[in-house]
Amino acid sequence: MRLEFNEEEQAFREEVRAFLKEKLPAQIRDKVLNGYELSREDHVLWQRTLHDRGWGGVGWPRQFGGPGWNSVQQYIFDEETAQAGAPRLIPFGTKMVAPVIMAFGNAAQQQRFLPPISSGAEWWCQGYSEPGAGSDLASLKTRAVLRGDHYIVSGQKTWNTLGQYADWIFCLVRTDTAAKQQSGISFLLIDMKSPGITVRPITLLDGGHEVNEIWFEDVKVPVENRIGDENKGWTYAKFLLGHERANIAGIGGAKRELSRLKRIAASERKNGRPLIEDPLFAAHIAQVEIDLWALEITNLRVLSAERESKAPGPEASILKIRGTEIAQRISELLMRAVGPYALPFRREAMAAGWQWDPSREPPGPRYASTLAAAYMNQRKLSIFGGTNEIQKNIISKMIVGL
Amino acid sequence: MNFEFSDEQRQLHDTVDRYLTDTYTFEKFRTVNASAAGWDKTVWTGLGELGVLALNVPAEQGGLGFGPLETLSVMGACGKSLLLEPFSSSAVIATAVLRACADDAAAADLMTRMGSGAAIAVLAHYEPDSRFESQWVTTRARKSGDAYTLDGHKAVVMHAGAADTLLVSARVSGEPGDAKGISLFRVPHDARGLKLDVYPTIDGQRAADVYLKGLEVPAGNRLGAEGGALPMIEAALDFGLAALCAEAVGVMQALVDATVTYVQSRQQFGVPIGRFQALQHRIADMLIHLEQARSMSYLAALRCTDANVPERRRALSAAKAVVGQSARFVGQQAVQLHGGMGMTDELIVSHWFKRLTAAELMFGDSDTHLQRYAALTRE
Repeated sequence: MRLEFNEEEQAFREEVRAFLKEKLPAQIRDKVLNGYELSREDHVLWQRTLHDRGWGGVGWPRQFGGPGWNSVQQYIFDEETAQAGAPRLIPFGTKMVAPVIMAFGNAAQQQRFLPPISSGAEWWCQGYSEPGAGSDLASLKTRAVLRGDHYIVSGQKTWNTLGQYADWIFCLVRTDTAAKQQSGISFLLIDMKSPGITVRPITLLDGGHEVNEIWFEDVKVPVENRIGDENKGWTYAKFLLGHERANIAGIGGAKRELSRLKRIAASERKNGRPLIEDPLFAAHIAQVEIDLWALEITNLRVLSAERESKAPGPEASILKIRGTEIAQRISELLMRAVGPYALPFRREAMAAGWQWDPSREPPGPRYASTLAAAYMNQRKLSIFGGTNEIQKNIISKMIVGL
Repeated sequence: MNFEFSDEQRQLHDTVDRYLTDTYTFEKFRTVNASAAGWDKTVWTGLGELGVLALNVPAEQGGLGFGPLETLSVMGACGKSLLLEPFSSSAVIATAVLRACADDAAAADLMTRMGSGAAIAVLAHYEPDSRFESQWVTTRARKSGDAYTLDGHKAVVMHAGAADTLLVSARVSGEPGDAKGISLFRVPHDARGLKLDVYPTIDGQRAADVYLKGLEVPAGNRLGAEGGALPMIEAALDFGLAALCAEAVGVMQALVDATVTYVQSRQQFGVPIGRFQALQHRIADMLIHLEQARSMSYLAALRCTDANVPERRRALSAAKAVVGQSARFVGQQAVQLHGGMGMTDELIVSHWFKRLTAAELMFGDSDTHLQRYAALTRE
């Protein structure tokens, strides 16, 4: 048993670091490190940069143009990129639909869809949730009826993250209403430019436009855009959800935000002393740092077991629960660190370069102006990707056997 | 990065686990617990024959020369079986002290005898006002001629009553709180001026408050450098802390297993209570705590002999804080989920709960270590 990564892994870490030092654009890095919003162009530029290095398909095997990393290398890549201030990879293309296309798509689909995902030329969004189908995903109602060589799709999807940017959407649709819930579902790839698609923004509690509702009114989808067999979509969906949980603990991002918390707590004052020296606040920071340390080791244990080719189990649920709890806790402490200056709120403050009215003193430090919105936004973590309560169901069913 | 145990470590675990499962049943635990001495010589001899008491004794002294990972492999089984015998006190902590001064012939000889099961030694260090701050030593040692005279009071010394030899820390110079000026002495259990007030602890182990009054030991009984014993003592305590973390994880695993079995069999409202989601989620939470604690018990074992002392102590405080918090949660919830049965003396669950309660308090509770971690992180 040892904690240290081996020489090869260390060398790989150095390689990632050197790449980031050279290629991560400063203006993107500064946005990430300060919690400012990223544009579509920022994400596409970063995806393109990774692609040019041969790293566009993170998690992909070499045969599909990926770097062929093992899970430890992926972990190191995620940790280093997050800590350096690289954008979070938008998962819908590279980490979600791509593995499904590789595992269940035909050769034509693989050739058509995988290269533009890797290069960033095509943006994907996810069409899973519906107004009446959240955690109970199999109750989805969006219909697809086969007419000749096309499906006619009608229904409504929701919570489509960054769907306003998307060129394509992968959707679960009902193709057999008579079959029992899970067995009448198919997996379709739909061009967002298709006639009959309407995207409407959902404004979230932080004032941001991150998610959408998408309406389908008699949208024609060529039958060759179906993945695998008709009515087998649930199998592919479950496969995808397994992939979604890879690297779910978010260790690198949490470390980055924890450093930011310490920086801010060191510059904030309480009774003339740095806030970080306040015993209670210092204890809060220590607690979350210790919890993160424990989670990091747990994550490494899961990776180590995977490397010994033990099948990854529902341990991923533990990582999801603890990772999101810790990220939420850090965002909460960040907000509380700035005291009253968490209160002034201007949505525009989320944009880099924005300033309070230059003719008067800004209310509080610039770094304070994004923290409450970020705290509110981070509440999503324990809801998406299978709520933390669903994760506990999974743990109790699969690990505990209840 | 690798979390596999070696074949040797696995065998060690299996051997001790099998031995204790066969011989140290819950009934046996109750018998030992109810006895006057609070520990069983036959069990101790048996452990000696297995070789586990020599786990940390260097090969030169006839031992196995193992370290923290092998100790961890054994401690989980000790926890599960609720071993009352002074394994961690003598074969882990006191052995770690003596190992640091193996060039002392008497210390080397003592280790050899401890490894075979023929002798038991314990470290008597903490004091009533030290509250787990290892520098706070008020016990005095005054040298005159070829002897030292010791005066002082050591608090809640685990297994002192079972020991042939106490390793007693005392101040030869400076003030309480000074790192320098602390020496360590071998004190035979029958020394004049030594008084032990022996009592059971909450979990049925035995401990004692130790009073030293005008106690004389020959100068040759001093272990290590004059006034420089603290690093050696802290290293041994840190080793013990790592062992305790592993023991607590063994107990937590046993409690999670027992609770799962219980909720699967206990019927209410016509169904096993394990069907109720409130209980399922509680068990999931127990499991999450257990796994975080297990991770930190590995960290503790991997770091407890680190030469970089601040880093070592930072890691151990992080580990003890998490293990302590997890122990509290798992112990409390195991009792809760067993309902009234969890409250009874007749079920092993309450005894595991008490062992975890003790583990949370020993070597400093979670708050103590959270504070220590914060201080070490700031420096």
